[in-house]
Amino acid sequence: MTRDERTVDVLIVGAGPAGLGAGAELAASGAGRVEILERELDAGGVPRHCRHGGFGRRPRGGETGDEYARRCVAAAVRAGATLRTGVTVTGWAENAPADGAHTLEITGPAGLERITARAVVLATGARERPRSARLVPGGRPSGVYTTGELQQAVHLYRQPVGTRAVVIGNEAVGHAAADTLRTAGAEVVAMVTDQPPSPAAALLRPRGRFPLLTRATVTGLTGRTALTGVTLRHEDGRTTTLRCDTVVFTGDFVPDHELARRAGLTLDRGTRGPAYDAEYRTSLPGVFAVGNLLHAVEKARVASAEGRAAAAPVLRHLAGGPPPAPRPVALAVDAPLLWIAPNRTGPAGARPLRGRFVLRTARRLERPVLVVSQDGRELDRQRLLLPAVPGRAFHLGAGWLGRVDPRGSTVRITAV
Amino acid sequence: MTPTVTRAGELPDGDPYDVTVIGGGVVGTAIARELAKYPLRTALVEASDDIGNGTSKANTAILHTGFDAVPGSLEAGLVREGQRLLAEYAAGTGIPVERVGALLVAWDDEQRAVLPALLAKAERNGYHAARLLDADELYDREPRLGPGALGALEVPDESVICPWTTPLAYATQAVLAGVHLHLDCRVLHIDTGPDTHTLTTSRGPLRTRYLVNAAGLYADEIDRHLGHDTFTVTPRRGQLMVFDKLARDLVRHILLPVPTSAGKGVLVAPTVFGNVLLGPTSEDLGDKSDTASTADGLHFLREKGRRILPELLDEEVTAVYAGLRAATGQEDYRIQDHPDQRYVTVGGIRSTGLTASLAIGAHVTGLLTRTGLELGTARELPGITMPNLGEASPRPYLRADLIDRDPAYGTIVCHCERVTLGEIRDALNATVPARSLDGLRRRTRARGGRCQGFSCGPAVRALFEEARP
Ligand SMILES: Cc1cc2nc3c(=O)[nH]c(=O)nc-3n(C[C@H](O)[C@H](O)[C@H](O)COP(=O)(O)OP(=O)(O)OC[C@H]3O[C@@H](n4cnc5c(N)ncnc54)[C@H](O)[C@@H]3O)c2cc1C
Ligand SMILES: Cc1cc2nc3c(=O)[nH]c(=O)nc-3n(C[C@H](O)[C@H](O)[C@H](O)COP(=O)(O)OP(=O)(O)OC[C@H]3O[C@@H](n4cnc5c(N)ncnc54)[C@H](O)[C@@H]3O)c2cc1C
Repeated sequence: MTRDERTVDVLIVGAGPAGLGAGAELAASGAGRVEILERELDAGGVPRHCRHGGFGRRPRGGETGDEYARRCVAAAVRAGATLRTGVTVTGWAENAPADGAHTLEITGPAGLERITARAVVLATGARERPRSARLVPGGRPSGVYTTGELQQAVHLYRQPVGTRAVVIGNEAVGHAAADTLRTAGAEVVAMVTDQPPSPAAALLRPRGRFPLLTRATVTGLTGRTALTGVTLRHEDGRTTTLRCDTVVFTGDFVPDHELARRAGLTLDRGTRGPAYDAEYRTSLPGVFAVGNLLHAVEKARVASAEGRAAAAPVLRHLAGGPPPAPRPVALAVDAPLLWIAPNRTGPAGARPLRGRFVLRTARRLERPVLVVSQDGRELDRQRLLLPAVPGRAFHLGAGWLGRVDPRGSTVRITAV
Repeated sequence: MTPTVTRAGELPDGDPYDVTVIGGGVVGTAIARELAKYPLRTALVEASDDIGNGTSKANTAILHTGFDAVPGSLEAGLVREGQRLLAEYAAGTGIPVERVGALLVAWDDEQRAVLPALLAKAERNGYHAARLLDADELYDREPRLGPGALGALEVPDESVICPWTTPLAYATQAVLAGVHLHLDCRVLHIDTGPDTHTLTTSRGPLRTRYLVNAAGLYADEIDRHLGHDTFTVTPRRGQLMVFDKLARDLVRHILLPVPTSAGKGVLVAPTVFGNVLLGPTSEDLGDKSDTASTADGLHFLREKGRRILPELLDEEVTAVYAGLRAATGQEDYRIQDHPDQRYVTVGGIRSTGLTASLAIGAHVTGLLTRTGLELGTARELPGITMPNLGEASPRPYLRADLIDRDPAYGTIVCHCERVTLGEIRDALNATVPARSLDGLRRRTRARGGRCQGFSCGPAVRALFEEARP
């Protein structure tokens, strides 16, 4: 079986905001041949099918996702990156070259390729967990979506969806799903979350034209071929069935880490993405990772900024710069915190984007104090000014990084 | 000869069919394929919109050796013969099979004490390659196995097979050889005259001289139409979980439980698609269409799985499904000829029907001759090569030769399963084409992967809609 073999300086997998950001910055700063590979026919990643505002620099209104996607694509191409779409990276070649470069295997309509790169940037993004992965029992009817599938169906393919819909999850992406449903002419019967009602969120967000059912767990789907309803259990033990023909599971994100795992990269238990340091280095020298692959899920402009920020360390790697700390120290969180990113220490002096770590929590915490410690030694203590809520990022300043003992064990972050 | 596959409208009238097979599961299609070897006018009628759409689409997909069958039973013989026939057939037609071997793992002293008896039973079933492993050998073979296992019986020939390609191959070959396949054609009523049966179907009447009942869960009801009331099918539900392909490296063999008085139990097995299966449950139900999963069922499976392969529980779940076994209150198959009625019942093919299918096909054809059918001279069936859905040999996206000839095989549409445009197009235009998104999934794996449509759902649907006549 023949494969076309080539060598480039940097190979970027995935042309979403993160990969395009990395490509633009690397090409502009003279990294040599920078090639971005995208398996979809159109580049731009998830924003391609987001038709609501909230992208780019202006947080509310302004640019829609598809406009933003086009701008990211244009910037990368203008900077001189080679962007190829409709080609999929399917894996890593078995015999890697001896000089620390990496070889990836690619399938496209023009045939099979094997591309060797001195640096690889993984930017493969994240997806929402579908119903099956959430173990929602019941029949296997049609009419069951994730937001990604729903948005593509409605905005890219103009496919009909049902008439009465239930949205599971009330994070921003759930509201985007509700908007898409209404665009498609469906009535949103209810939005359901297992979280308690949040007073602040109700004030900040214009109220939907549908009831928000809080503290309710989805216990099953009814219907054999077509969906007939969603059954719920409320906190007080009551059960109800919402009659509907469409249900959208939103917001439970998981990194698309197949390539990362196939390369044997160390994963972080919390994020489920590759473990990485403030310079976007993974456990495999020469392999970097950016965007939602690292921490599902952040805003598109965060992913894009990470891509751009990764350019400097990639360039240092290409120039044969100093290797990272021989033994990175892992960072980990205690429940109810879910994860921290970045989640390992890197070369001395490396600071994460904007000098802060990103965290998530499983349940609402009123103005918590975050305590950083290593081997029983407290390194730092920071009080948050706002509550930490599920589904939204909050931050921890990185000032304490210099106090980490490089020979010590895992640094723990605890909310008290 | 143009293949005849119909889905709507009146059934062809004219002379009665020589033989009609009711039920397009793996058993019915295997029987139709066997009959296709002879110069007969044969029909295969199926109530749903696709073949293999009943129990046959939702099992554990193991090609059994039959080592643990009840020695001397009809099932034991047909499973052993069927395994040999199907392994050979699969090799010739490209049905994915992987001979991974099975380990019956003993977790306590009682189970360990049963292993020698199981070994002896395997011998009585004519299977001589099984052997006992001690705990060290077991953990050597299966390093990720949960702690505390005491030993195992190794059955090196147990294999995993593609449950979807198998009936599709049978049906394709049968149709190519001239069998008429009528889908969306439910048999509602049967009048048996002196020379012919008249079946009243959802698509009008169908006349046939000989009749085979391979209606799976509904075989008892078809039997009653002909005046036989010898068994009742009680659906026994089996719920299963499919884990992500990234879990595949955790397990090397089919990990079977040691059967105890409490039943057959839960297994962990690789699939030919590169996933890992956990299941099934075993629940007697009253409803022959209740293939829903339940919270209790999934909880039960997770608890079992945690013991067998603890790391499996950290992996993402790709799919959850349930199948219904056609239990009849008797251990053995209920295959019975009724010479005075030119009729054969093929009932109670509970949990080994995939393995035994080809042997059942030959056995039933033999019984038909006992009821008076003259087969005529057998001829070669047209050779077929099935699309490869298995990971053990290169799928189209890895084949430079195919992509060279047609770039559609290099255009990946479903990313998780790496299904190409070429494969989707082929499945929509095949001899027995995909007529639903689920049918397309069973022929290509499209939309069957970890994202369940997040990335490719609408694109696959669009291709499907475009191809609809
Ligand atoms: C439904 C939804 C709604 C959202 N709404 C908003 C919003 O309103 N505002 C906002 O700021 N953010 C929003 N986000 C988040 C935003 O989309 C992400 O932050 C952003 O897309 C992340 O960029 P990324 O480049 O990391 O990943 P992605 O955008 O997911 O891009 C990854 C790319 O990699 C490609 N790829 C993956 N594997 C391979 C491979 N093996 N070979 C080739 N290519 C590959 C994929 O096809 C994809 O194009 C939303 C996300 C979702 C899912
Ligand atoms: C959980 C589970 C695990 C299993 N694991 C294995 C395994 O690992 N290995 C193995 O070999 N076997 C296994 N089996 C068994 C195997 O799946 C079955 O034995 C086999 O699928 C039975 O095939 P069938 O053709 O008899 O039934 P079905 O596949 O159910 O086919 C019967 C068909 O008849 C049609 N029909 C019914 N009534 C009518 C009517 N009135 N008119 C027209 N058509 C009608 C139905 O629509 C259906 O398509 C398992 C089964 C289950 C449930």
